[in-house]
Amino acid sequence: MFRHLLTSALFAGLAAGLLATILQLAFVVPLIFEGELYETGARLHFSATGSPQSPVGHPSIWVEPARHIGTFAMNLVTWSGFAFILIAGFALAERTGSRIDARTGAIWGLCGFIAIQLAPAAGLPPELPGNVGADLATRQLWWMGTVAATMGGLGLFAFGRGAIAYGVAALLLILPHAIGAPELDTYYGVAPAELSAHYAARALAVGAASWAILGAVAGAVWSRPA
Amino acid sequence: MIKAIAKTRASTDVYAIALTAMIGLGLIFAAGFSHAAGAHDVAHDTRHAIAFPCH
Repeated sequence: MFRHLLTSALFAGLAAGLLATILQLAFVVPLIFEGELYETGARLHFSATGSPQSPVGHPSIWVEPARHIGTFAMNLVTWSGFAFILIAGFALAERTGSRIDARTGAIWGLCGFIAIQLAPAAGLPPELPGNVGADLATRQLWWMGTVAATMGGLGLFAFGRGAIAYGVAALLLILPHAIGAPELDTYYGVAPAELSAHYAARALAVGAASWAILGAVAGAVWSRPA
Repeated sequence: MIKAIAKTRASTDVYAIALTAMIGLGLIFAAGFSHAAGAHDVAHDTRHAIAFPCH
């Protein structure tokens, strides 16, 4: 029994980690490299001349190939972590009569995306390198609280019954944002606003795709006759 | 046969499920929140891509 949990989570985690790495290298890492030009001061926006114009474009991501091995390794670890949590959720849901397959798995995956990336991003948007944020420990606390509350809220919507359950679910989804993420009282960004916005949207889009893949693969391997 | 599998699955041991979830949390915290400098450098782009609050 534990073996099925373990092998399903590992297979789904490694598959999602590999595909997430490919998507990140194609769509997210180039923008990180571009952001680092502003982080290091190699490129300046609103420089001493006062010009708000800076050229568009990123250096080749292959100038540092070894760096992507680290990214790949960490994606394998991270997405395996997500897969273990997801598979544990599958097993728990099946105990209460839910059916899991690739389709429902994809929905679970998208809910994971909402809880772990989208909801926290509403308060702490994905940041280009070089951005300055509020106190780290406070941000991590808000992030974890938001993930837990959103998971609880989505879980109640999915499996709860009755007005009270749905009311509590809505409250759990809203609460972290009513409290508000920790933030500074000044802006520090050195990169162009367009680049930061593009980065945040890209990171979320790639996250959504990776989570859908993770959920579908996890659902498929979990429901495979052992 | 399918019923038997469903029955086995439906009774998946809660301890095994809890252990699975714990392993998942451990992996996520190791990759996303470890403060060791080495871990930070290797995980840098992944953390930015997933938007873990890490520095």
